[in-house]
Amino acid sequence: MNSLKTMKKSTRSNLVTYGIVIGFYVVMQLLVSGGMLSNSMQGMLVPICTYVVLAVSLNLTVGILGELSLGHAGFMSAGAFSGAVFWVIAGVNMPAPLGLALAMLIGGVVAGVFGFVIGIPVLRLRGDYLAIVTLAFGEIIKNVLNAIYLGWDSNGLHFSLSDSAALNLEEGGEVIINGAIGITGMKKASTFTAGIILVLLTLFVVLNLVNSRAGRAIMSIRDNRIAAEATGINVTKYKLMAFITSAFLAGMAGVLYALNMSALAARKFDYNTSILVLVFVVLGGIGNIRGSIIAAAVLYVLPEMLRGLNDYRMLIYAIILIVVMIFNQSPQVVAWRAQVWEKLSTIGFFQKLAKLKKQSKGEA
Amino acid sequence: MKKALSLVLAAAMAFSFAACGGSTSTAGTSAAGSSGTASTGAASAGTSTGSASGAAIKIGGIGPLTGGAAIYGNAVMNGAKLAVEEINAQGGLQFELNFQDDENDSEKALNAYNTLKDWGMQVLLGTVTTQPCLTIAPETASDNIFLLTPSASATEVIQEDNAFQVCFTDPNQGVASADYIADNGLATKIAIIYDSSDAYSSGIREKFVEEAAAKGLEIVADEAFTSDNKTDFSVQVQKAKSSGAELVFLPIYYSEANLIIQEMNRQGCTAQVFGCDGLDGLLTIDGADTSLFEGVMLLTPFAADAQDEKTQNFVAKYQEQFGDIPNQFAADAYDGVYAILAACEQAGVTADMDASTICDMLKGAMPQITLDGLTGDGMKWEATGEVNKAPRAVKIVNGAYSAM
Repeated sequence: MNSLKTMKKSTRSNLVTYGIVIGFYVVMQLLVSGGMLSNSMQGMLVPICTYVVLAVSLNLTVGILGELSLGHAGFMSAGAFSGAVFWVIAGVNMPAPLGLALAMLIGGVVAGVFGFVIGIPVLRLRGDYLAIVTLAFGEIIKNVLNAIYLGWDSNGLHFSLSDSAALNLEEGGEVIINGAIGITGMKKASTFTAGIILVLLTLFVVLNLVNSRAGRAIMSIRDNRIAAEATGINVTKYKLMAFITSAFLAGMAGVLYALNMSALAARKFDYNTSILVLVFVVLGGIGNIRGSIIAAAVLYVLPEMLRGLNDYRMLIYAIILIVVMIFNQSPQVVAWRAQVWEKLSTIGFFQKLAKLKKQSKGEA
Repeated sequence: MKKALSLVLAAAMAFSFAACGGSTSTAGTSAAGSSGTASTGAASAGTSTGSASGAAIKIGGIGPLTGGAAIYGNAVMNGAKLAVEEINAQGGLQFELNFQDDENDSEKALNAYNTLKDWGMQVLLGTVTTQPCLTIAPETASDNIFLLTPSASATEVIQEDNAFQVCFTDPNQGVASADYIADNGLATKIAIIYDSSDAYSSGIREKFVEEAAAKGLEIVADEAFTSDNKTDFSVQVQKAKSSGAELVFLPIYYSEANLIIQEMNRQGCTAQVFGCDGLDGLLTIDGADTSLFEGVMLLTPFAADAQDEKTQNFVAKYQEQFGDIPNQFAADAYDGVYAILAACEQAGVTADMDASTICDMLKGAMPQITLDGLTGDGMKWEATGEVNKAPRAVKIVNGAYSAM
């Protein structure tokens, strides 16, 4: 208990974040084994993990690095397709966890390479160029993946941009990516456990990066680029570090997403998906990792919970987004919340909470 | 940074609202799509239940009720609803329908499917669109739930032995179109304009090109567009025109076809237009100049103004209840429900059986039934899941379909 008190504040906060994820896992596993979880909820567990990883990794770019990226779905799709192709060709014959892990690694590396290629020229510039370039990247990679035909036979891989007949596959050859139809008939590999492990890994990478020397350098660039440069920080290097890490994690999330379904099409990874992840980050609080986790999980489940409202479902969802936004960000509401909090803290139970909150605020 | 972010998000929102015709999956856009369809669409409730006193067989439906493809999902839901009401009114086997939205998105379709499983679905009528169906079909196979899709037309959809189709497969349509053009001597020089980002369109086009080569038809222009780039077709039409094509083949949906036909008119391109079932709906576009569509030929299994009694009954009832003229999707769904009924009667399925037992019995019964439906007389199913019915070619004359 003593060590918990003397612990660094950031470490304690990080442990709480890990605890939330592990707690969620334990509760869900208990519910599943008790047969108390509906099919609908069980089916959403892996996507929740995917979107949590995406939101946390995007928060690294948007919140910690302070650059706007609108192409997160592009990195996700690069990872998803490369990982899925590996899985179809080689991974299926391996033990599932090993195959999945290797597919994720490949997906992450491919997405990371794309992040590097995009980051090298763009991150040298000042201003919001990254937003424009990543937006374009997302659209380009979607259209390219839409046009790709990839086949596989004993001679190796065949590739075409026109149609599957142009692949010239020999007898018994298999079309893997079939243009706009994408990859079909995949064996599923993603599990909730794998998803939670990926979430924990992501948190480990991001939280450690943020609290390291490199992380402080990255945040100093965000806060004042000129001052950071003046103290001798290599701006491009640290920007690239954050951006590539973010892309790498998005690629891994893409593989988790792809192998959770038996079909994969490029159309899903459009601009809307990028914005969806950005919405998770913004509503969770820019730069707030724990907020991203909670926002991604809640906002993913919400539209499904609202199914009973039929046609008004998406309307209500949008209204909830706006209300949450106002509740979190509007200065008047924030002031009002503080007032309410003051009043509540005269009551016994809340006094303790308020004290705790003050304490942590003072430390910050 | 914050300012820039809010600006971009605002722009994003504005953009999504403007482009609510496109595929949608996020909050803002879908809301736009849904409110749009709610006002134009008929009495569309997300979930609908047929009467069902006592035990009824639970039929689940999945399709896009919101977003860019909402017109298809709503048509299927309404068509199915009509059929279920009729069947329940007759007595005998009772059905209960629960239709869930998937926004034409595989991921949402999976969620919808799981929701239906919680509801206790015994038979699945869906999904409406191809892409989500590619995800759902393997799921139903592993859960052993019977799947009958009214309108998902890719061959990959029916790979599993529990999956059956009411509509033609894409290759069938491509082959039938090429055969029809060649056999009737409509043209020898053909231009194709298709959507390369759409599974339906590129599937038909691929088989069409193969069959055209076999039949000695010459493809003089083969132009693609994508779903992100479907507002200006001047380049594609220009190429088709300058290639000297006598016929333009459009294996696409009607909203783009409308723009292409207008552009052809503007450029003075007089080639014959030929399309597949996706063109069904041309005549129902609000505010379009239907005189431009004169002479357009399409292969479709259903024409709303056909003179037979069954079609007229269906159209009258549909119009009375939902205020729209039904399209081919509604007819496919209507036939789909009757096919399920016929198969259930054939196999002796009752409502108290579990989904897996029903699936096994229906799998055996489907190839044995013959159905005289709206989309074809004497429809029969192969054990592979493919339907056997004759494609009908119609031509638009005086603003209406006429059989050829």
